[in-house]
Amino acid sequence: MAVTDSYITGVGQSEVGIRLKRDPLLLTVDAIKEALDDAGLTLADIDGISTYPGKTSQPPGFSPVGAEELIDALHMKVRWYTGAGEYMAQLGAVIGAAGAVGTGRARHVICFRTVYEAGAIANPVDYPQARGDGKADGMMQWMLPYNAMSAANWVAQYASIHMHKYGLKREQLAQIALTDRANGLLNPRALVREALTLDQYMESRMITSPLCLNDCDRFTDCSTVLIVSSKEGLADVKSTPVRIANSAFASERFSWDQQERMSSYTTGAELWRNTDYKPKDVDTVQFYDGFSFLALSWFEALGFCGLGEGGEFISNGRIALDGELPFNTFGGQIAGGRLHGFGFAHEAVTQLRGQGGARQIKGDPKVAVATSGGGPMAAALLLARD
Amino acid sequence: MTAPYILPRLNSENRFFWTSGEDGQLRFLKCDACEGFVHPPRPICPFCWSEALTPAAVPGTGVIASCTVNYQKWRPGLDEPYVIARVAIDGAPGVFFTTNIVGGPPEEVSIDDPVKVVFEQQQDVWLPFFEKVA
Repeated sequence: MAVTDSYITGVGQSEVGIRLKRDPLLLTVDAIKEALDDAGLTLADIDGISTYPGKTSQPPGFSPVGAEELIDALHMKVRWYTGAGEYMAQLGAVIGAAGAVGTGRARHVICFRTVYEAGAIANPVDYPQARGDGKADGMMQWMLPYNAMSAANWVAQYASIHMHKYGLKREQLAQIALTDRANGLLNPRALVREALTLDQYMESRMITSPLCLNDCDRFTDCSTVLIVSSKEGLADVKSTPVRIANSAFASERFSWDQQERMSSYTTGAELWRNTDYKPKDVDTVQFYDGFSFLALSWFEALGFCGLGEGGEFISNGRIALDGELPFNTFGGQIAGGRLHGFGFAHEAVTQLRGQGGARQIKGDPKVAVATSGGGPMAAALLLARD
Repeated sequence: MTAPYILPRLNSENRFFWTSGEDGQLRFLKCDACEGFVHPPRPICPFCWSEALTPAAVPGTGVIASCTVNYQKWRPGLDEPYVIARVAIDGAPGVFFTTNIVGGPPEEVSIDDPVKVVFEQQQDVWLPFFEKVA
């Protein structure tokens, strides 16, 4: 199956912060403006919108802006849109957009992810927590009665297997957060710009073993935009386009607890089908790290090392900014903020264009992988600058 | 735990499971045709597409496939730390069940530990918890 060419031609991001006063629709517009300027396009050039997971009131601030609201707010003329929670993880919104430009449904698609969970806590009048009757339905009936309340608890299950079966050590897992925090120091937009030492990591409060506070991202207010364009659309843009060389999603069970391994593993293997690229061609990786172990799983899932070897693989400076496989060069979500998946693709494009500033990796990077998710659903993008 | 439980809302699909403990038996949905286990409960067998499924008692024992000790007070009244585990259910190949391991110190719970079910009735529900087999 051939991959129809599509490109990321513009990237943009709003201010990144916590408890921002600015309306999340305006944060979205800020990111759109930056992405349009970056691409050399105007809103009139945009004929598609793709977002994940669409507008929802619960949890408060999780996704306060949807495609339909944006279309109407800006009087946009679109020929295709989607904004859905039942979709292939956060970056699935980009895979959907690539499909739309590949089938001619659109020429330039704005993909966005807007999060406002910190701002929502600060403003419960506008972002009320729904008062249910205290009963659990659907998938949650299998988790909440046992106070398995958070994805942290669910990811920790799989991390515990790595510790028990493969000997993963906390000192090794720490390399995810330590690398994130070191890189965040060089990113002017990073939410956390403060160094972290191994001692501080080891002493930090345990949340759900083996995950400590420093293994978790935190609620952030931000909007991130990626513009996906067709090959024909490249005639309209002035930026350096980054080609979506391949994309992947693969799930066998949509479940947090019935799978032996998380969906990052099936998705990672899928990324190398239908492409001549190999892991050794990759110059930088931007891996979802809402919880550190998810990022570790992506190294194994994508074949950078074998199953169970991730702890050792990331432990010798290999994934540092000046290492052989620079990882989360913007700080990931742990330092960069919970941008919820889109930050990884934004950074991959930034690095491939050589626009990373103080955090730009050395050499002439041409190929990057960006991922999102990792539990029941996971998505991956293989990005190339030709 | 002193916080009230968040109980499952019973419906025609899940009622057998959450009330199974009334007679002290743990049950999962089993295919009459191919004997595969279907969990979570659904109206079709994913292995042979038979629609004839019946709750079947299992021994009530299992092995811890993965576990975490939770220290975070996600809501008021939680008595942390507590153990959340995925138990591989004996007699129901391929089925995992997320539960709490009760009746002992959290730090003594480990992957591969054999466990057995203990039920706790809360309103109209019999919650299956597990404890280590001595």
